Amino acid sequence: MGLLTNVINGVSLGSVYAIIALGYTMVYGIAKMLNFAHGDIIMVGGYLCFCAVQYLGLPPLVGVVLACAGCTCLGIVIERLAYKPLREAPSLAVLITAIGVSYFLQNSALLIWKSDPKVFPSVVKLPTLSFFGGQLNVSPLSIVTVLTCIAVMVGLTLFTQRTKMGKAMRACSEDKGAAQLMGIDVNATISMVFAIGSGLAAIAGVLLCSAYPTLMPTTGSLPGIKAFTAAVFGGIGSIPGAMLGGILLGIIEIFAKAYIGTELADAIVFGVLIVVLLVRPAGLLGTFVPEKV
Amino acid sequence: MARNEGTYKAQSAAAGEGQARAGVPKRASQATKMVPLPTDSLIPERDQGQTILECRHLGIDFGGLHAVEDFNFTVGKTEIAGLIGPNGAGKTTVFNLLTKVYQPTRGAIILDGIDTANMTTPQVAQAGIARTFQNIRLFDSLTVEENVRIGLHNQVKCGMWSGIFRLPRHWLAEKEFHDRALELLDVFGMADQAGAVAGSLPYGAQRRLEIVRALATAPKLLLLDEPAAGMNPSETAELMENIRKIRDDFQIAIMLIEHDMDLVMGVCEGIAVLNFGKIIAKGTPEQIQANPQVIEAYLGKQETDDAALRGKGRRYQ
Amino acid sequence: MDAIRNMDKTTRSNLITYGMVIVAFAVMQGLSSIGAIGSSTKGLLIPICAYISLGISLNLVVGISGELSLGHAGFMSVGAFTGVVVSSLLSGVVANGALRFLLASLAAGGAAALAGVLVGVPVMRLQGDYLAIVTLAFGEIIKNLLNNLWLGWDSEGLHVSMRNANDLSLEAGGKILINGPQGATGIERLSTFTFGFLLIIFTLIVVLNLVNSRSGRAIMAVRDNRIAAESVGISTTKYRLMAFVVSAALAGMAGALYAMNYSSIVPKKFDFNTSINILVFVVLGGMGNIRGGIISATLLTVLPEKLRFLGDLRMLIYAVVLIMVMLVSNNRALQATLQSVVERVRRRRDDDDLVLDAEKGGDA
Repeated sequence: MGLLTNVINGVSLGSVYAIIALGYTMVYGIAKMLNFAHGDIIMVGGYLCFCAVQYLGLPPLVGVVLACAGCTCLGIVIERLAYKPLREAPSLAVLITAIGVSYFLQNSALLIWKSDPKVFPSVVKLPTLSFFGGQLNVSPLSIVTVLTCIAVMVGLTLFTQRTKMGKAMRACSEDKGAAQLMGIDVNATISMVFAIGSGLAAIAGVLLCSAYPTLMPTTGSLPGIKAFTAAVFGGIGSIPGAMLGGILLGIIEIFAKAYIGTELADAIVFGVLIVVLLVRPAGLLGTFVPEKV
Repeated sequence: MARNEGTYKAQSAAAGEGQARAGVPKRASQATKMVPLPTDSLIPERDQGQTILECRHLGIDFGGLHAVEDFNFTVGKTEIAGLIGPNGAGKTTVFNLLTKVYQPTRGAIILDGIDTANMTTPQVAQAGIARTFQNIRLFDSLTVEENVRIGLHNQVKCGMWSGIFRLPRHWLAEKEFHDRALELLDVFGMADQAGAVAGSLPYGAQRRLEIVRALATAPKLLLLDEPAAGMNPSETAELMENIRKIRDDFQIAIMLIEHDMDLVMGVCEGIAVLNFGKIIAKGTPEQIQANPQVIEAYLGKQETDDAALRGKGRRYQ
Repeated sequence: MDAIRNMDKTTRSNLITYGMVIVAFAVMQGLSSIGAIGSSTKGLLIPICAYISLGISLNLVVGISGELSLGHAGFMSVGAFTGVVVSSLLSGVVANGALRFLLASLAAGGAAALAGVLVGVPVMRLQGDYLAIVTLAFGEIIKNLLNNLWLGWDSEGLHVSMRNANDLSLEAGGKILINGPQGATGIERLSTFTFGFLLIIFTLIVVLNLVNSRSGRAIMAVRDNRIAAESVGISTTKYRLMAFVVSAALAGMAGALYAMNYSSIVPKKFDFNTSINILVFVVLGGMGNIRGGIISATLLTVLPEKLRFLGDLRMLIYAVVLIMVMLVSNNRALQATLQSVVERVRRRRDDDDLVLDAEKGGDA
């Protein structure tokens, strides 16, 4: 049963990574930038939900919606103020700006909420499910997380394949110039991608904080980096890739913790990433485009 | 060895047709005598027994598409060869195969008697193939002289430690780099621009610098990918002179891709025409101009107008 | 002729860089000998030297070789711990502190170079952002492994464990050199400001000389146009790796300098944030601009310390400044706005001068 428990925990953690990784991958796909501030949006989402539930006494679901709305706005504002002026700039300048935004969010959170860890109230208040006479216990949070992840995946796929905005998004990731010539508002499309990514990050933040209920200004950093790894693992720019990468990463991490040791788990996660990239230089589902001569 | 340039009339060689016709431009009267090889290729008579490049059944597939198929071509030691064909025919792909930017799916490339199978691009470059690019690829942030010095990289040796600790070897090498770079730049009269940043040069000068850089590698075969693109007629005429001059001074083979028929027919001795990845004709400029298949490939079936192919100053894209 | 003038320009620029470092060192030495520098500033001198060296060495990869490395702190930590262990092992053998420091630094550089090769060989198969991610991953792996490394020394020799201190099974008189997450403790503080200065000079010599040599040109050729570089017979892997390994070795030496300035050092210090800080030095100083990197490394090490009184606001201001600098230096519209403001001010001043002249003329 241990194996099954680990698989369930891995898929659950992986679902959180996948939701975060979707944000990374969509932003990379369209803006070709490594948005290092994405992890900190998770943290802001967590705090917003925490405040709504703890201080305003709102029901958890309302808290999630508020966090989502707040982060969506935050994502748009960040994109407009910090990234949009750098559309033509070298990618390293954009990267450093993203890091600046990350520091800004972390330190703003430090000023507002102080550095002491907050205990996050669980948003899922259901009894634990037991199978096989108590041998296998599945926390309802895991189920909610996995279901959310599936819903997000299906929703995003439908959005990008079926809707006009989704098609515009795909067109912009292929070729911004051509998309603009076809009458697509590139700026609006990029804003929308940031909005969606940030909204998803808020959801991931709430799920993550429910599973590991300590909330600090630096809460988002490591999951952010790992989700980023997941996005690269699956093939950055690819939505199914982010999903696959996230879930695999979660499973690898939980198995490494269970069978090798908690301390070395991160080294193993990053080691697997390196091995995958060496075998498939563009990630699992990414396509390698050689430079045209 | 005696050079036979300029003394022979075009003669029928392999296919037994294509004698000089009325209306063939004047330059064709300078045509080199071409001799057939046991394969279906030709090389200049002066290069007999001295081929520099031999492609045998060369081919590459992209996905299911045969981008280049059964490419058989031979270049003599001092030949100026041309590779023409409509856009998308696979000309640049042939250059990419020769320089191992792509590894061939089939066939062999023999460079000066050595099979280049399994060589990488830098290895082929060291073995003696240098090239220029259709879309200019200079080291934009470096100076003109530094670009040529980088071309000389394998001609002048000096290890990392000598460089870091400024050992005598370093100073000797730097002197040699400088002298040889200026000498090469002088070939194109660019020595006075040695200190300019390469990316800031005008277009024509960038193309010339690319050729100088390629020459710096001391190649046996120089590949020029659309050297006249974007040049006006007088620049093109100058380029033609330069191409001949390079061949004469350096005694190397040159193979060029070009859409400017004046240039191709004016300087090339042996020409291959590529369409849809396959050679549809090989021969001297006169033979090519007279070949109905070539005219069809360029102009389509209905409007067969062989005069157009020989038209002066027109470019066929 | 132009080429000679151009060479002179590079040489002149390099001489200015050396001169700037030497003058700064002389001034700081002078000030500290007359006691004009407070202890807090004095404590910063060696870290500043280490960060300057790290900035210069990272510039070799990011600015000169054109690859984004997000794991420079990893090589710094390999050097730091190697240096500490070697100096500790040599404490009974080599009495002279300076010589021990030198040997420890060389060992640190060697170990970091080795790590650079181990990381670089696989990494150089990748390009662009993928390469950046893998360097990030390697940085995290190195930190993680050091967090799980126990190293002890007794009469039987070295003992290594990946589990815990007891697992080392040292005899009674044995010494723990590296103690897992607690890192190295009881470090003999061999680093001095002079050593720091010498390390900067050494780093400068290596990087500037390398850049202006056959190998350096090959590195820049690969950066500017990989395909063209290959077409003239340059092995891109060789020269990208060369820049990466030299940079790693120099970072290792800087790490040793940094570590031997403290009595204890933990692996956590050398994390992603440290890598990013070094990268910020390079980017703010101007990519490939060594002198700019030296200045920005100094300012960005001193200012945060001097602004400690701002408390939690300090890093917030840093973040805002960082974003603003990036926006202003990279956005044409913003630059144009700034320029027009400057011009307007200047024109007004000119107008004032004209008015003044006119008045003077009127008086005469």
